Amino acid sequence: MLPEIGQFTLILALFFASSLSILPLVGYWKKSLILTATARPLTLIVACLVFISFLTLSASFLLDDFSVLYVSQNSNSQLPIYYKFSALWGGHEGSLLLWALVLSAWSSAVALRLKQLPQEIGAIVLAVLGAVSTGFLAFLIFTSSPFVRLLPDSPIDGGDLNPVLQDFGLIVHPPILYMGYVGFSVAFAFAIAALITGQMNSAWARWARPWTAVSWAFLTLGITLGSWWAYYELGWGGWWFWDPVENASFMPWLAGTALLHSLAVTEKRGVFKSWTVLLAIFTFSLSLLGAFLVRSGVLTSVHSFAADPTRGMFILALLVIFVGGSLLLYALRATQVRSSIAFGITGREAWLLLNNILLTVLTLTVLLGTLYPLLFDALGLGKISVGAPYFNSVFTPIALLLIVFMGIGPLSKWKNTSWNALWRPCLLALVLSALLSSALVYFNSFSLMAWVSLSVAFWVLFLSLLDWLNKISLGREGLLVRACKLPRNYYAMILAHVGVVVSLVGVLLVSVNSHEVMVRLSPSESSLVAGYEFRFDSMEEVKGPNYVSERGQFTVFKDEKQVAELYPEKRFFTTRQQVMTEAALDAGFTRDLYVSLGEKLEDSSWGVRIYVKSFVRWIWLGGLFMVAGGLLAALDKRYRRRVEVA
Amino acid sequence: MHPIRKKRLLIIAIIALILTTAIGLILFALQQNINLFYSPSDISLGKAPKNATIRAGGMVVEGSIKRNQESLYVQFDVTDFQHKITIEYKGILPDLFREGQGIVAQGKLNSQGVFAAEQVLAKHDEKYMPPEISDALKAAESQP
Repeated sequence: MLPEIGQFTLILALFFASSLSILPLVGYWKKSLILTATARPLTLIVACLVFISFLTLSASFLLDDFSVLYVSQNSNSQLPIYYKFSALWGGHEGSLLLWALVLSAWSSAVALRLKQLPQEIGAIVLAVLGAVSTGFLAFLIFTSSPFVRLLPDSPIDGGDLNPVLQDFGLIVHPPILYMGYVGFSVAFAFAIAALITGQMNSAWARWARPWTAVSWAFLTLGITLGSWWAYYELGWGGWWFWDPVENASFMPWLAGTALLHSLAVTEKRGVFKSWTVLLAIFTFSLSLLGAFLVRSGVLTSVHSFAADPTRGMFILALLVIFVGGSLLLYALRATQVRSSIAFGITGREAWLLLNNILLTVLTLTVLLGTLYPLLFDALGLGKISVGAPYFNSVFTPIALLLIVFMGIGPLSKWKNTSWNALWRPCLLALVLSALLSSALVYFNSFSLMAWVSLSVAFWVLFLSLLDWLNKISLGREGLLVRACKLPRNYYAMILAHVGVVVSLVGVLLVSVNSHEVMVRLSPSESSLVAGYEFRFDSMEEVKGPNYVSERGQFTVFKDEKQVAELYPEKRFFTTRQQVMTEAALDAGFTRDLYVSLGEKLEDSSWGVRIYVKSFVRWIWLGGLFMVAGGLLAALDKRYRRRVEVA
Repeated sequence: MHPIRKKRLLIIAIIALILTTAIGLILFALQQNINLFYSPSDISLGKAPKNATIRAGGMVVEGSIKRNQESLYVQFDVTDFQHKITIEYKGILPDLFREGQGIVAQGKLNSQGVFAAEQVLAKHDEKYMPPEISDALKAAESQP
């Protein structure tokens, strides 16, 4: 009974979502207040219906209803209860339902804060979100319903969840990542509303900014979690693989970062209006493209679900309708916008323009590298893969350049900055950072690349510090009072920028100072890696809820002293007859010790992968800093003001 | 020149400079870093270049896995059911690597015609087949 209710509420939700995407727009066109007023209740109804549908599917999972095809493919009666719940989004159909749920959650959040907006704009924003919902609900119902039944021959037990996904990472990574992905549809809806009403003024930028900052923070957190999960789960010890699906989440992140910065200019100075609108459209399009790449299976990736061409075509059609439609609207309306305010070449506008150019170029390099195999194949030139070296060699220099300017930008003032205010701190920071990184490189014998990256990192830190000191030293009050009086947005920016630097240091030190060996070890043998002695003590058999595991015990010594005990596992999942490597690691602020088991070889010896990675935690620590910065920016007081004229 | 126009020109010049540098960098890097995929038939018929990084893949032949007793060196054959090639690798194979499973290897073809792999990939879903392999298998089937 429950799955039928779920399917039924989903169809109802599609009906209401399609009315939502039409009625308020007709209301705007006909100047009918009654019709525009339908936007809010319709949004909330759709959200309730999707939520009920989501609950019924969760219930089917928790009650082990294996007559539901999707449950039988992705769950098992032996599965621990928290994985039964998260298995809901372990496959294609359920993760789309999660997508729809997150979208309706964002829409209702907008609907509940509608009082901040003029009525017509709010109605159009909700209608656009309704149109996006309609697309995804139709996709869900017509190509990938999770409620299909296997009757009367329903299986006694399910085929189990993919062992790779039986992990804490599955519980948190997809919902948070989707919160980010889908959140950009709010910025998109604001952009479309601005185009439809022709009101592309700084007001729309002020409304769109907190929503964009929150989605950006979620996307940052989602990507950070994904990177951390891949690092310990996949057993290769890498934190980023330039896998097509990782790129699919990274492109909207880059575009979204550009959008955040250009929204700032549009809000404060009223320039770059049409560019900001275009960026909002691009960011959303890249999110959709990401969905297409994951769902269609056109690219080989660790995330690929079994390919189904009709699904790919459906998403492609959605992509064409949304991107094509919004670009057409843009072409028709954006020409009416004229930015009349001029700015100087040293003004903050110019620095943020540079930021936008570089971020856009970065997005394009990733886009090209990701889609190149598809283009190559479509032209009949053969099957290729674009390797990580492409991304490393193209992405790194441009990103470093961007970070160099990230240091200078915050020193500048709107309109124009005097050269004196710029060159003095820059020169000081340049000298200090070059000296400091030279010293570090000298004592550690790092490469030239390391010297450059470390200098860039110090450069940003020194400039931020100098700028902060400069800002708090002006005026008559005490330093502490002035430090507290600086706007929240300023600290949000500092936090996010320092986050970038922390991640940069992590990325750099992992790449220049990691030690990896693959060895063949028998019990009681040991291997010396980067000053750490890894002793393979023993193997034992352990039984888990739905697997049996061979667990190794390793003791790690440094200078004769024991520093860690590690228990890497090789788990055999009985239902799927599948083997999974469970790496063991000892996390540390400056280094991670990482052991993962390869295969069992003939004479009770094992292939073992041992890593000592310096500063790898910093990569994700920086991500957390950026998340905090994004959230702090969204909490700024001036976004809570209401519009006086209703 | 009018100062506003001069400024616009400067901005456009900067954008153009960055774009050309980036495009140059991209094209150069793409030339160096694309890895073409070859099926076992392609390689057996001599269509694949020697000593260049390429990808090869197919199904692991039953009973073809040979291991060295002291090290992590391993040798196995892959097939597209028309031809088979030998792949050698030193390191840890992925969990889903087993006989009869589709795999993709990245590495170089040496002068003896053995494929020396630097990386062996097997996907994490046993139902999932990399498109390169399923296409290679289809191509091999359709040949007389």
